[in-house]
Amino acid sequence: MPAIEARDLIKTYAKGEAAMRALDGVSIDIHAGELMLLAGPSGSGKTTLLSIIGCILRPSAGTLRVMGDDVSRMRERDLPAIRRERIGFVFQAFNLFPTLTAAQNVALALDLKGVAGRAARDRAAALLDQVGLGNKIDSYPADLSGGQKQRIAIARALAGNPPVILADEPTAALDSQSGRAVMDLLQRLAHERGRAVAIVTHDNRMLGYADRTVRMEDGRIVSDERTEGAAA
Amino acid sequence: MRLRPSELAWRNLVHDKVRLLVTVTGVVFAVVLIVVELGLFLGFTTTTSGLIDRSRADLWITGARVPYIEMGVPYSERKLSTVLATPGVRQATKYIVRFSQWQRPDGRQESVQVVGFDPGQTLGGPWNVVEGRAADLKAADNVIVDELYKSKLGVSRVGEVFEIRGHRARVVGFTSGIRSFTTSPYVFTSFKTAQDYVTLAEDQTVFILVKAAAGEDIEALRARLLARVKDVDVLTNAEFSNKTRFYWMFTTGAGVAVLLAALLGLVVGVVVVAQTIYATTMDHLREYGTLKAMGATNGYLYRVIIQQAVISAVIGYSLAMVVSSFVVRESGKGGAAILLPLPMAVGMLALTIAMCTGAALVSINKVTRLDPATVFKG
Repeated sequence: MPAIEARDLIKTYAKGEAAMRALDGVSIDIHAGELMLLAGPSGSGKTTLLSIIGCILRPSAGTLRVMGDDVSRMRERDLPAIRRERIGFVFQAFNLFPTLTAAQNVALALDLKGVAGRAARDRAAALLDQVGLGNKIDSYPADLSGGQKQRIAIARALAGNPPVILADEPTAALDSQSGRAVMDLLQRLAHERGRAVAIVTHDNRMLGYADRTVRMEDGRIVSDERTEGAAA
Repeated sequence: MRLRPSELAWRNLVHDKVRLLVTVTGVVFAVVLIVVELGLFLGFTTTTSGLIDRSRADLWITGARVPYIEMGVPYSERKLSTVLATPGVRQATKYIVRFSQWQRPDGRQESVQVVGFDPGQTLGGPWNVVEGRAADLKAADNVIVDELYKSKLGVSRVGEVFEIRGHRARVVGFTSGIRSFTTSPYVFTSFKTAQDYVTLAEDQTVFILVKAAAGEDIEALRARLLARVKDVDVLTNAEFSNKTRFYWMFTTGAGVAVLLAALLGLVVGVVVVAQTIYATTMDHLREYGTLKAMGATNGYLYRVIIQQAVISAVIGYSLAMVVSSFVVRESGKGGAAILLPLPMAVGMLALTIAMCTGAALVSINKVTRLDPATVFKG
């Protein structure tokens, strides 16, 4: 069973003559242990697809299964639980809470799952250790480098122990060395921890990390190629 | 480690101190504006009927169809004996409120409102006497004025002698904070002396104040008085107070102007708070979007946003009350009364929280219908 199973996804914005089809019949599977890159020019529908797979946007038509459950038929109020339990997000601009320490940023995600107190603190510390920031748990984002911030964001994405990690341009705001460190980490999450990792990127240097590269244009998938994940 | 929505809300707020300052300043400005405008309105209405509200009377007997206290029509004082003979009346006294002319030492004339009452009784006398005693008015030609009007009347101390319509007037005391709504200060004196000051015939009075016997039904007493005393109106204290307030509020342009200013203050205040809180919420839109992507329910987001609004409201309200108290205290020294009674202060807290949460609720719509681009794009 694929972690993500999308069939004939259509997403239309606005109505009438001004209607714009951002996704036009996209079907895709993403499997556990696989790092998939989603590439394509701006406006090709990559972020829309990522938003729908991440259950923060609903498709106009088509079906989406996350870990076997048809989320496209779920009620709106049931989707936060899917995002909490099954999906971890990594954002281009990190989206860390500047008022919280590294540990608190991670613990916030745990708090949403109902994990609090010492258990949350220990788990946050373990996750930060896992991304190589065990010595930065009390640091605020403003005191950290871009690469460190992104690794905190990855630790936060892992807080709910989700089977799916979705990342939008995770290296765009980083220098090449930090970018490689982040991609190494995401690749390990796929290969060693068995997560299904989907990454939207414009950065051709990252293509070498992919097990699979999907290219989109005008809301459609134009190519879906298996690669070697050579950078691993 | 637990990050409650309230803690997150607080940290969000204090993180950007400039934004917090702007938000709180907006709330303070709005609350002070509303307090001052409503306080002026309240002071205005209270001042117009101050003599009635503080008279301690249960019923007022006025000439027929008298519209407000300053427009009393004289009638025969013989009606007093009929009133006193009416069952249920514990106390009744003649009372005058009429305009006259006060002559300052420099020869300038000032319009005053003479208030004539019986100093031997408890009805209709001055209150807040801060120098001298109301009982000193038993002697002829003695008067008490308010210290607010010392300069206007040319009075500096007790014992000074002036003239009212050519009759001697000796200042024997001062009250504090008894404002006249008109520009003419009140001059309290005995009924007999007041008759001279306002040139009222000896056998006439302008009002009769009535105190009912303990346990007496006021409506029943009013009916008995109306049956016995001809060609007069008998009004309860509240009725006459409301009638006077209504006259000044709605018959004159001044009252409507103050009322409109108060309403405008309320509207401007609400708009300022709404705009400020809305802008603050929009500033944190990406953080809310991130929380949503992390699986936060709408309820969680509502709690964070509303608690941010409530915190801003409480801080803004507290500072606004400090500023307002200062404004109210300073206004007490001048001619315009701005009142801030406890119920109004409590009501303002509720209104401030309602304004802030209302504005936040408008912006919640933006948060719950979040555009993914807000979260994903750098």
